[in-house]
Amino acid sequence: MTDVLVIGGGLAGLRMAIAARKRGHEAIVLSLVPPKRSHSAAAQGGMQASLANVAKGIGDNEDVHFEDTVRGSDWGADQVVARMFVNTAPKAVRELAAWGTPWSRVRAGDHQVIINEQKVTLSERAEAHGLISQRDFGGTKKWRTCYVSDGTGHAMLFTTSDQAIRHGVEVHERTEALALIHDGERCYGAVVRNLVTGELVAYLAKATAMATGGAGRLYRVTTNAVICEGMGQALALETGVAALGNMEAVQFHPTGIFPAGILVTEGCRGDGGLLRDVDGHRFMPDYEPEKKELASRDVVSRRMEEHIRAGKGVSTRFGPHLWLDITLLGRRHIEHNLREVKEICQYFLGIDPAEKWIPVRPAQHYTMGGVRTDHTGQSPTLKGLFAAGEAACWDLHGFNRLGGNSVAETVVAGMIVGEFIADFCDKPENTVPAPLALARQFVEREREKLSLLLESPGRENPFQLLAKMQQIMTDYVGIFRQGDALLAGVAQLQDLLERSRGIGISGKSRAANPELVAAYRLRRMLKLALTIAYGAYQRTESRGAHFREDFPRRDDQDWLKRTLAVWPEEGANLPHLNYEVLDVMRMELPPGWRGYGAKNYIEHPDTPRRQQEVEARRNAMLGRDRHAVQEALMPFTDQLPASLAGRNERLDEPLEQAK
Amino acid sequence: MSASAQTHGNGSIPKPRSQRQLVFNVLRYDPARPEAVPRMQAYKIEEADSMTLFIALNEIREQQDPTLQFDFVCRAGICGSCAMMVNGRPQLACRTLTSALPEETTLAPLPFFELIGDLSVNTGKWMRGMSERLQTWLHTQEGERDLRRIEERMEPELAEQIYEMDRCVECGCCVAACGTAQMRKDFVGAVGFGKIARFRLDPRDGRSDDDFYDMIGDDTGVFGCMSLLACHDVCPKSLPLQTQIAFLRRKMAAMGL
Repeated sequence: MTDVLVIGGGLAGLRMAIAARKRGHEAIVLSLVPPKRSHSAAAQGGMQASLANVAKGIGDNEDVHFEDTVRGSDWGADQVVARMFVNTAPKAVRELAAWGTPWSRVRAGDHQVIINEQKVTLSERAEAHGLISQRDFGGTKKWRTCYVSDGTGHAMLFTTSDQAIRHGVEVHERTEALALIHDGERCYGAVVRNLVTGELVAYLAKATAMATGGAGRLYRVTTNAVICEGMGQALALETGVAALGNMEAVQFHPTGIFPAGILVTEGCRGDGGLLRDVDGHRFMPDYEPEKKELASRDVVSRRMEEHIRAGKGVSTRFGPHLWLDITLLGRRHIEHNLREVKEICQYFLGIDPAEKWIPVRPAQHYTMGGVRTDHTGQSPTLKGLFAAGEAACWDLHGFNRLGGNSVAETVVAGMIVGEFIADFCDKPENTVPAPLALARQFVEREREKLSLLLESPGRENPFQLLAKMQQIMTDYVGIFRQGDALLAGVAQLQDLLERSRGIGISGKSRAANPELVAAYRLRRMLKLALTIAYGAYQRTESRGAHFREDFPRRDDQDWLKRTLAVWPEEGANLPHLNYEVLDVMRMELPPGWRGYGAKNYIEHPDTPRRQQEVEARRNAMLGRDRHAVQEALMPFTDQLPASLAGRNERLDEPLEQAK
Repeated sequence: MSASAQTHGNGSIPKPRSQRQLVFNVLRYDPARPEAVPRMQAYKIEEADSMTLFIALNEIREQQDPTLQFDFVCRAGICGSCAMMVNGRPQLACRTLTSALPEETTLAPLPFFELIGDLSVNTGKWMRGMSERLQTWLHTQEGERDLRRIEERMEPELAEQIYEMDRCVECGCCVAACGTAQMRKDFVGAVGFGKIARFRLDPRDGRSDDDFYDMIGDDTGVFGCMSLLACHDVCPKSLPLQTQIAFLRRKMAAMGL
């Protein structure tokens, strides 16, 4: 029994646990692996926060970050959540700095950078010397991405993990949650399996927080770590009560190294790297004259695949690929600012990226969807269940996430949701007697399921079924989607779900047993895969990363809404889908063109009215402070925990003056 | 065919150029079964292009022996999970290409750490103990900062130097290769020295050399180091351990006078 049970030991989970501890609550973190090995460590390029320290960041602020994020999301994001996020991101970077994260710093004076193949001299202000530096990333108007060389996630994770140790957060490593304990209305914790001994234990808690990251391993080619199997989303889905939001929104990163899918950071392109085809031609300006290589990830990935289809890929026996050229950045830059990239190229490709081009092709990268929560991180349908980070859908990213916004989201959501969890635990009515009988019932149910699997005479092999599922997802539910193919994918996944009931396990150990683990996870992964494929089939429009060739336009009239999936019957072979409408009349930034990608979309009938309203209000307030204007359009500050609601100081925006 | 156009190379895959038969001799042992004795087990697989030990071991587990235990997470050389002894040398398995190995390779778990089973060891538990002992977090004098305010400044070069030491992934290779650690279970190892060096560099850390001396000024710390420096040679992140340990020893020796 504890106050807060956090499932997942990456940045979001650890930060929530720290928040709970600081407010005097007990917290236990469950982690499949030692927390410093979590996938948060793989975020290389950086974290977006509008500090506006560097010359190319001057003029940046929450407003610009907000607009970039909403445009990036293709208007799928919850705009109040986006506002809460952009207002907290600078605080999150500064908190990490105060905890010791060695953010790369601004050096005053001239320095040379590569912008659009040209050497450009930038001059950094003397007063910015020593402040946190920013680099350029896709889909952003200003240089906003704060970074620690190209090991940003690693440095953030180690800092945060050591803070968790400092605050006495207990981490139970090599444990896995198998089921959420709930009564259909409230969540009370989880049934947990020790991956070494096989022991099953019920962990009871006032608040249970899901922070298990993404589900990249549903796909064959992914940048994700092997532990990113979507188990948090699946456990929520299996409650039959909690909903998953927008699971069909899956991001493909333009530069996975080919064919392994290991990520090379967006920082390569942010720092001036180019995409080239079989002829060595730089093709992105042909498709995207405005943002070129630095359009949003969904757009760049689609353009790359489009170019490959036009026959411009480099053929290999593993299929075609394109090139990422960072040779023009120079050896010094690569060895200082892109070291991980250099190591990856050296160890996995045997090439020196300062001399040779890197073979790349888009690979699955990020799950925008997740456990649907409100702006406090709590499930609206299962009280006491919270979620944050990639596992969650409070809906910061809509249908496409901007580079640098995910690692930012982990700590920002960790801070915000952590405070709300502490509030929840503070309330006397949320202290309930331990539901021991219920817990026992859930433990027995899981024990029974494991016994059935171990004793099953079935002949299906979990590893083979897993590989089939990954192939189906990559083939039918990838970057380009199409009704018939999606339907075929759904049918094949249903067939696999059926076959998964006949899995047999050769090793009978109840303790450490990789085959058993693969078997029980596979069934959950198949449910998630079906949720994604079926949601993608039903959504007859294209929005952000969800691209339907048979419905290529964004359709705000019919589809400005969020998919909610629940799986009420254990034995079913499809989820139930419901839809939650996004209200244009409450948007600060009504739908429009993103500034890159396709320009044609079907307008929502309310959009012109809301646009006029917003413009009229802006005009009426001309000359007023930007915060006042924002407040008039879409108030959000009272939604934030009071400790995080303040404005952010910048060199050009002193705090006193901002008040 | 929209769907298949985006797959990476399914369909007819020609035979790989290198047709080597690889043999992996793996040290098997399950400490949870006291009746079992450690033994070597040989697995044969066919080498493929750009095959790494991550790919090879997973293929063995999926096709030959589902009970084989090992740890991988990022499979990209970033997270430090998969350190193991490859032909007697500790290294990250995920970024070890089989093309760099002979036809016959011996794989064993890292020594020193608690064995979980086969190639899997409990580095996490040991590293947490080390972090608690050395208090590997910034010890600032001031109270909580006002997060609305502009951050404290730091010289860009200093931030780079700190990151240089901060790149440690706690994989355990340095401890596995350490002569002292084989004899002293309470030795903090190069990973620990690296952490101390990192916080000594940081002007915001309020701890003095006296404080550090109290933590590492004995045989479980810098004076236990025999300067064999295998740690430096095997570090997968090429941390400058040799320089840092020498520097710490000089500083700590001066403290002891």
